[in-house]
Amino acid sequence: MRQGRCAMFSISKTVMACLAACVLASNAQAYEFGRPATPDEIKAWDIDVRPDGVGLPDGSGTAAHGKEVYDDNCSACHGDAGQGGYKDRLVGGQGTLATSHPVKTVGSYWPYATSLFDYVRRAMPYPAPGSLSDDDTYAVVAYLLSLNGIVPADATLDKASLPKIEMPNRDGFIPEPEFRVITNSR
Amino acid sequence: MTNDQEAAGPSPDPVSRRGFLAASVGAAGAVAAGQAALADTLADVPAREPGDVLGAYSERSEYVHIARIPEAGPGVRNVDPADAINSKAPLDQLVGTITPSDLHYVRSHAGTPNIDPVKHRVLVHGMVAKPLVLTMNDIRAMPSVSRVAFLECTGNGWENWKTAPDDVTVQNTHGLVSTHEWTGVPLSFLIDLVGVDRASTWMLAEGDDGAAVARSIPLTDEVIAEAMLAYGQNGEPLRPAHGFPLRLFIPGYEGNLSIKWLRRLKFGDRPFMTRWETARYTQLLANGKARQFQLRQEVNSVITSPSGMMQIKPGYNRVTGLAWSGYGKIDWVEVSTDGAKTWSRARLNGPVLSKAQARFDMDWVWDGKPTKIVSRSADEKGNIQPDRKTFIAAMGENALFHYSAQQTWSIDAAGKVRNVLD
Repeated sequence: MRQGRCAMFSISKTVMACLAACVLASNAQAYEFGRPATPDEIKAWDIDVRPDGVGLPDGSGTAAHGKEVYDDNCSACHGDAGQGGYKDRLVGGQGTLATSHPVKTVGSYWPYATSLFDYVRRAMPYPAPGSLSDDDTYAVVAYLLSLNGIVPADATLDKASLPKIEMPNRDGFIPEPEFRVITNSR
Repeated sequence: MTNDQEAAGPSPDPVSRRGFLAASVGAAGAVAAGQAALADTLADVPAREPGDVLGAYSERSEYVHIARIPEAGPGVRNVDPADAINSKAPLDQLVGTITPSDLHYVRSHAGTPNIDPVKHRVLVHGMVAKPLVLTMNDIRAMPSVSRVAFLECTGNGWENWKTAPDDVTVQNTHGLVSTHEWTGVPLSFLIDLVGVDRASTWMLAEGDDGAAVARSIPLTDEVIAEAMLAYGQNGEPLRPAHGFPLRLFIPGYEGNLSIKWLRRLKFGDRPFMTRWETARYTQLLANGKARQFQLRQEVNSVITSPSGMMQIKPGYNRVTGLAWSGYGKIDWVEVSTDGAKTWSRARLNGPVLSKAQARFDMDWVWDGKPTKIVSRSADEKGNIQPDRKTFIAAMGENALFHYSAQQTWSIDAAGKVRNVLD
């Protein structure tokens, strides 16, 4: 588009002027659309959590409290103790991935505990996503991991401990060769 | 298309065009069954008369019954819409290559949000010089592009991973792919606008739906050049089920990357590893390992007529279908009418566009003996759609997503067309 404006000029006479105009237009352009995002509003919406723990909030939760959170908010769909519900099974299935009936659960399939925190916080419980406090989210994550035998029943999780958890299927994924190393000509 | 009046009438010459029309009534079902037979002479054609008033909206003919089918997981059909996780496009009743807006397939993870565009905001941040909040007015004021391209759910074809249910139509087996003209702002414009850091290689896109569906998108030259923030489908604003007021659209890539109800773009230097790119849209192989970031939709094709649950008669039958590839243009389509023993080149009915569905057809005279029909396609990059045995040997039967093997339809002596594995 900016180049389009430049094309109106005679290139032979005004190349330098055109380039200068384009640079100016480019600099001015950043705020021609929209407005600057403030740090506070970015923080409010910046909910993703990476495997290295970047994005995890303060707070903590115990597996014991997580059972209460789970029973109140999750069991209606996912069943008691993470199985037997009519929605995704969350517990068990380890050792089944190479069989004709693989059971993919948090314990058998998910490679990162941080992804579980991210998912529960952004999407669950289904009728009221985002309604759990950060403490309750840590707690229910701890409970689900304890049900899968990945953390002890008396575990407490926070932003320091969660990224250190080694999930059983951590090395179960083969990234597509085309997208292992991303480069572009920008 | 087909016509019940024709179907109910005599069909003296089974090889004639008219015979085909009679034979393929089951084909479509686009016209309601049970109407009285008439119009075998021109004198029986109803007389002309003044028509209905001109309205504000063009409804479909009362004689056309065409709709999507809400479904749940593989094999979970005829569900209450409240339990559906997708809604499949009626490929057997569509013609040409463009899917009507109200019939484009749908896959959603937390229903369809009702978003007021005046209140909608898009946050663009992360590895950028100028984090911005954009309104829809901002976005609609930006330079735009339009492009015809297919969108396909990675679950398309998932009915046939392990077994072939024999009571399904092509809508059931392949109805999670559609083609639209999409209009929006090039992603490259936005990248320049906010000054994305050159070290940024991945972008998180997040939706404003209940699940806040989020996917990491690799910033390859191809993605930067072709992705858009789309607000238009087939010349009109997006419909709510398809992402109103704004969605990402990435031609050729698995549908769930084209985040609907887009509300946030965050630029980073690695994938974010959301649930959808780890626990969900990864393909479990026979050895228990899973393919991850298998983002591109493979070269594919399917015969849409004759297809599952149709009935044909001996004689002339026009074989038609759709082919598409996430790698580029369809180069050729071949059809076998003898169970993949011999193949003939089908006609490509233009336009044949990059990463869009292409319509193909071929003349066929059926001798009335039981047989199997199947199509295979190739794209401009040299990818050829595999037969099922080759495909399963590579992917196993547990992958759930990215099924792109050749689709075979069996035809028995009575002309009944049924879904089979191969």
